[in-house]
Amino acid sequence: MWKWLHPYASPEKAYQLSTTLFPWFAVLGFSLTLIGTIWGLMFAPTDYQQGDSYRIIFIHVPAASMSMSVYVGMAIASFIGMVWQLKLADWSAAAMAPVGAVMTFIALITGSFWGKPMWGAWWVWDARLTSELILLFLYLGVIALYASFEDKVVAARAAGILAIVGVINIPIIKYSVDWWNSLHQGSTIKITEKSAITNDMLYPLLMNIFGFGLLIGAIVIMRFKAEIIARSGMRPWVKTMALEGENK
Amino acid sequence: MNLRRKKRLILASTLILGVAAAVSLMLYALNSNLNLFYTPSEIVNGKKDSGVKPTIGQRIRIGGMVTVGSLKRDPKSLHVEFAVHDADGHQIIVVYDNLLPDLFREGQGIVAQGVLIAPNRLQATEVLAKHDEEYMPPEVAEAMGKGHKKLEYDKQ
Repeated sequence: MWKWLHPYASPEKAYQLSTTLFPWFAVLGFSLTLIGTIWGLMFAPTDYQQGDSYRIIFIHVPAASMSMSVYVGMAIASFIGMVWQLKLADWSAAAMAPVGAVMTFIALITGSFWGKPMWGAWWVWDARLTSELILLFLYLGVIALYASFEDKVVAARAAGILAIVGVINIPIIKYSVDWWNSLHQGSTIKITEKSAITNDMLYPLLMNIFGFGLLIGAIVIMRFKAEIIARSGMRPWVKTMALEGENK
Repeated sequence: MNLRRKKRLILASTLILGVAAAVSLMLYALNSNLNLFYTPSEIVNGKKDSGVKPTIGQRIRIGGMVTVGSLKRDPKSLHVEFAVHDADGHQIIVVYDNLLPDLFREGQGIVAQGVLIAPNRLQATEVLAKHDEEYMPPEVAEAMGKGHKKLEYDKQ
């Protein structure tokens, strides 16, 4: 497996692979999100208790689950970057951080909009909400650390340590509603048992979750490519590519 | 794997394990303080792990189910009174002088914040409705025998 993987550790190969993968992620992600959102917002049945207000779930839940998934991805990339000193892993972590931060922000804002009509409060210092807010600060810390060093090897190490340490927050967010009394309800989608949601609502929700995931993948790929170019601007292959682009 | 990589691997893994251990000990120590609210039985019997009971005059949050048939509404003002219970059967009366949230129903979970004015009475300053993780269309809910009607107020 290592022999097969090894060529992709070169920035040029990784760049090419990203270019091939990008349209798949973008098209699939965009269409899934589009269908899921229209289905969820317009055709899914209303909820027996919350009426139409529950529909914000189709944005809130995908954003929240992606905010955590992206963080795990970023932490794994940072770990690989730290142990194997793989520059590409560091760069991919740097590409993921702002995307994850935006997802966390969307999750917090939509949650707030949902909380006001349903619970009666924009914000409560509940375990789930607070730990998600900490996640946003972790993302901002990682972004700030990566941006504040001129030497990107040092920057990636500093940001990587924060990203790795912060991964402790992920199980806390996930299980906060089970471990403590909280205003936030428990998880609806369960992997081991039947989900507490009817299928008409579940399918568009799942579509949006996967759609968000793929769309985020596409954005991360784009940012990753930009990061590769920014960090290896001196390499001959980048120069040739730039010249080729100019001559077209 | 060469020696330097191995060293870094061990270092990074110890970092994660160390922080994980520190955080879990901290959370364990803070455990009962991280709860958003007291349940009615915790107000009557004290918290499960520490036995701490809230004192009269203390500002607390209480969470539980609104007892069916317990809501009393003053027809001339916003004053409402209802009982909140939990699975262990203890009850606390909540007094409130403001608008209840839309989702407030008898049998629904709520979280009320306020001052404990008697061992089993809470003068609430804020009442939040808690909803569960179940989502279904009204027809399905009806078929399952779940109440979903908004409260109807009879003119007394």
